[in-house]
Amino acid sequence: MTVGRAALLTAAGLALGFILLPLVLVSWLSFFRDEVVVFPPSGYTLRWFRAILDQRNFVDGFVTSLEVGVFAMLAGLALGVPASLCLTRYRFPGREGLGLLLLTPLVVPGVVAGTAIYVFQIETEILTRLPLVASLPGLVLAHVVITIPWTVRLVTASLMGFDRTVEEAAQNLGAGPWTTFRRVTLPLIRPGVVAAALFGFVISFGNLEMTLFLIGPGRTTLPIAILQYLEWRIDPVIAAVSLLQILVIGAAMVATDHYVKLARVL
Amino acid sequence: MARIELESVSKRYGDFHAVRDFSLAIEQGELVVLLGPSGCGKTTTLRMIAGFVPVTSGRVRLGGRDVTNLPPHRRNTGLVFQGYALFPHLTAAENVAFGLEMRKLPDAVVREKVARALKLVRLDGLGDRLPRQLSGGQQQRVALARALVIEPDALLLDEPLSNLDAKLREEVRVEIRQLQRALGLTTVMVTHDQDEALAMADRLVVMSAGAIQQIGTQRDLYERPRNRFVAGFVGRTNFLRGQLVEAGVFRSDGGLTLRFDPAPPSSAVVGGSSSGGRRALALRPERLALGASASAARANRVAGTVEFTSYLGAVIEYYVRLSSGEILRVHAPNTGAAGDRAWALGDTVHVSWPIEVGFVLEDEHHPEEDHR
Repeated sequence: MTVGRAALLTAAGLALGFILLPLVLVSWLSFFRDEVVVFPPSGYTLRWFRAILDQRNFVDGFVTSLEVGVFAMLAGLALGVPASLCLTRYRFPGREGLGLLLLTPLVVPGVVAGTAIYVFQIETEILTRLPLVASLPGLVLAHVVITIPWTVRLVTASLMGFDRTVEEAAQNLGAGPWTTFRRVTLPLIRPGVVAAALFGFVISFGNLEMTLFLIGPGRTTLPIAILQYLEWRIDPVIAAVSLLQILVIGAAMVATDHYVKLARVL
Repeated sequence: MARIELESVSKRYGDFHAVRDFSLAIEQGELVVLLGPSGCGKTTTLRMIAGFVPVTSGRVRLGGRDVTNLPPHRRNTGLVFQGYALFPHLTAAENVAFGLEMRKLPDAVVREKVARALKLVRLDGLGDRLPRQLSGGQQQRVALARALVIEPDALLLDEPLSNLDAKLREEVRVEIRQLQRALGLTTVMVTHDQDEALAMADRLVVMSAGAIQQIGTQRDLYERPRNRFVAGFVGRTNFLRGQLVEAGVFRSDGGLTLRFDPAPPSSAVVGGSSSGGRRALALRPERLALGASASAARANRVAGTVEFTSYLGAVIEYYVRLSSGEILRVHAPNTGAAGDRAWALGDTVHVSWPIEVGFVLEDEHHPEEDHR
């Protein structure tokens, strides 16, 4: 092994450690017996995991996050896939501007977006009397804003260099536009679509800053339930909840990777 | 299968005429080749028949049915794409079955037809392979089976052989031709390869700059090309530029006075054209003879010097610089007979030919010739 290679491996190892350390610490912490976090722990226990179930906020928050995540992901796909098709296949004035616009939610700070959406929803509510703020649809609508950029980015990438003669072949054989999309286009861009679904879900599930402005009494998401709990106490319950959240997202990624090799799409 | 009729079909992109005033009727079971250099509009014409390019004006009819305004999926044509365009996520059998499923045939019928089509192209047993697990030639045959199995009104071949290596290409073109004949498929094929075109066609359409230059059989095009472009594109031709002195007598720019037969339709030169009386005498290289001395038996005899030779196998090609300064390419058959004489560089030779060999065409300039 050369010196250069050794240095490279060391750097990679350090970076990986830097990323994994918090995860490892949090996981470790969730098993500490002591109510106040001390090192080294006096012993280990599983009771924090049971304690989660006693906290209605965590359970409800988890369910809400799950619902919002799934709906925001689906809506993101429903809007992002057609948008990507338009962006990659048609030349029209303002095409590049539109492409950028669809990606801007990635760079707008969550707090800013959250405030803006909050004000917008309040105004809409006043005008239409539809209960939007702190409702499930209201949360989903807001989260779609942050799932769209991921969908557009990943699906656009898989549509670049797409050989459109296979679509012509399908049409030549008697397939209409919709059948062509369903039977030929969609299966061929499936890796990008699956990755977009996963990322949409993960981004929505973990969002804190923007969501802060949009929740209300009786409806919080899991990240906010964690934040609220942290305002009053610090004990290993938080670590246990975090570990569960990591496991849910990790399981989603492993499951996705089984169908689509993520490393190849991203 | 049915007749294909194109009636004054044109395609314009802004000011650019991709295809202009294209009229052609292709008979039931006939194979017509559209031949021309790239950019001549042949592929656009094919795509207008398939429905992928909307016509600017004119009508397209398949079997008497006016399909001009129908989208591709309602036209019932079978197109074999240049790159095959197989569905990469479907097996060979699923590729072939696709068009049948679109026609909502019962599963049992689909299975039977797919099996028969794969057998027809000699791919039985490979039905469950994905396209990437097949060789180029096998992929090509899947594409063909996929187009045939739907029993299209028109089989359309877009440079179907261009992705195959030379040896395979000759095999496959015979196969396609036999299949096309056996099934009585009305077929339009597009190619820029004249050998392929000559080998496969019932009739050829030579195109240039979006317009039909000539329609005819191989013999028509070779023996009676209508203009310089056709004469230059189909087979090899020498052109001596000059003008007519009187019927049957041509004077080249180099000062040679040459005789040709003014009678046959080959010299159906339209008078009063843009070429301002300029003409070209066309001479096929294999119809010229070389000799050590002038042979009195032939009407035209010109002395020259061998400037370049190529041993091409079946023929030997000589470039002869004539006494007038002009150059003629001569193809001498390589018979291997003892009497044959091989000429060397610098040899003085006499090129001779009878009057019926030469034909006179308008000396119009075609930009495409510059690339040949």
